[in-house]
Amino acid sequence: MTRLYLFLAVLFAVLMALPLVLGNYVLGIFVMVYFWAYVGQSWNVLTGYTGHISLGHALYLGVGAYATTYFAQNFGLSPWIGMFLGGFIASAIGLFLGFLGFRFGMRGVYFVILTIAFAEITRLIVSHMEALGSFTGIFLDFDPSFLHFQFRGNVPYYYISFGFMVVSMVVVRTIERSRLGRFMVAIRENEEAAQALGVNTFKYNMLAIAISAYMTALAGAFYANYIFYLHPNSMFGMATSIELILRPIVGGLGTIFGPVLGSFILSPLSEISRAYFSKGGLEGLHLILYGVVAILVVLFMPKGVIVYVTKMLNPILKPETARQGKRGDDADGR
Amino acid sequence: MDPHYLLQLAIQGILLGGLYGLIAVGLSLIFGVMGIINFAHGQMMVMGMYVSYWIFVLLGIDPYLSLIVVAAVIFVLGYLVQATVVNRILDYPEAMQVLPLVAVGLVLENTALLLWGPDYRSPQTALSLETLWIGPVMIDVSRLIAFVLAILITTGIFVFLKKTRTGKRIRAASDNRMGAILVGINVNRINNASFGLGAAATGAAGALLLPLMPLSPHMGHDFTLTAFIVVILGGMGNLIGALAGGLILGVAESLSALFLPATLKQVVSFSILIIIMLFRPQGLFAGKK
Repeated sequence: MTRLYLFLAVLFAVLMALPLVLGNYVLGIFVMVYFWAYVGQSWNVLTGYTGHISLGHALYLGVGAYATTYFAQNFGLSPWIGMFLGGFIASAIGLFLGFLGFRFGMRGVYFVILTIAFAEITRLIVSHMEALGSFTGIFLDFDPSFLHFQFRGNVPYYYISFGFMVVSMVVVRTIERSRLGRFMVAIRENEEAAQALGVNTFKYNMLAIAISAYMTALAGAFYANYIFYLHPNSMFGMATSIELILRPIVGGLGTIFGPVLGSFILSPLSEISRAYFSKGGLEGLHLILYGVVAILVVLFMPKGVIVYVTKMLNPILKPETARQGKRGDDADGR
Repeated sequence: MDPHYLLQLAIQGILLGGLYGLIAVGLSLIFGVMGIINFAHGQMMVMGMYVSYWIFVLLGIDPYLSLIVVAAVIFVLGYLVQATVVNRILDYPEAMQVLPLVAVGLVLENTALLLWGPDYRSPQTALSLETLWIGPVMIDVSRLIAFVLAILITTGIFVFLKKTRTGKRIRAASDNRMGAILVGINVNRINNASFGLGAAATGAAGALLLPLMPLSPHMGHDFTLTAFIVVILGGMGNLIGALAGGLILGVAESLSALFLPATLKQVVSFSILIIIMLFRPQGLFAGKK
């Protein structure tokens, strides 16, 4: 165990020191890696741990982005505060969706379709609201200051997104080790059995969706003040919902490191192909690659790439468990 | 309110509803046999539109004449998707079955984008601007033809399922998978054929839709969702329900133009979807499952 922590500490130190050596462009790629890792982690809280697939998570991202921007533009409220309000709004929407889905027994595919329907309805309504920029979207003014959550260059964004990611991992680890986490996994494995054993599945499903929506909305605030442009189709559209679930799936659902690993694999791929291929008229290529990778992973390693990485690193990072395993084998042999 | 206008909208809705029905019959067939929801259904329809478009542009053959070829091409596409991807995920938990098909849709959509660019294309076919007046009501000829052909194809699928050997095998596999295996039906091949047939139905619908609306790579999602709504209206796996659901949704969307801007008509469809899922998840016509 100590070696694992040592490894993580070294990794943490290296990533903290990266802005000292890397240029602005490469840092931007890392910002996207951390951002999608964080969003994937937020989705993972609901889908990875309780097993209810949400294909409309762009909804919460969009709500966070739009709410933060709306409060900042109309009331001069700092995004640092606005994003938490956006989180509460997203949670409220998530709870309403959850109430319909979990109270009325929409499971499996029905739940998936419900989440899509919510996101699409929101997208259409926002597209028709003058106050939210309707079809044209909202442009944010660039006015760099800490209070405005806007900065020159990628270094501050690097540390903020890195902080988001690390905090999300700590949060998910805390959840995983708590009663809540155990109950969520019980629901994923067999909801009826969990209920029969006295787990209040409705309550824990609702908690999961509220936490997940809240976390996703915070990422929306970051996105708004990093990209400076919000459009209903890109914020609430199904393409975004699909984009944000690919990383945790490739990395490994229902694990702490899965979404992060998935993001380290896929995000640079998308940034690089966007930079190089789109000039040659190959703009859809990275999404084709994503699709193929996602299909292959689900078919051939349904638990995600993390399983193989763990297997590879375990003998180095956890020598004591590896040795114990061997001793156990011997005992069985006799 | 002008009653003629109302009638006009209703008729337009019914005509488009026939196409929705054909798309949804394909989705419902796939669900009925394998219990799989084809999340790439709309994208397959768009592929059908592109095949039809290129046959029209390059060879000058009208979409109505090339219909069979388009259906055959999309049949092969569906067959391959089933044989390579779907057959491997049949035993997965329901949630994990969603993702590969979403990914298939992503691949199809972006392949179209990569090959043919993001521009909207609307070909001028021979009949695309013809109209017909029945009393005070105006009808687009291409809409009427699309409706008639959609109903014919749907009827053809029903007859195929009722009368032919393969059709009976498909229904057997749909009724009782294990039983079908026990009486010696090669269920894997039936699966492939069913997915192909379901895809071919949506591909044919795409060809019929080509003269009616501009074509772009990103329109697939909307039709996937429309097909979901229709299938849930009619009851999952219920083919006649799917056709009826298509007509209902067509009329509902069309009539919503009375009080909403056209771009908001989907809000009506999604609201119908949520209400049906809440209060009548087995569908309006109570599917057999």
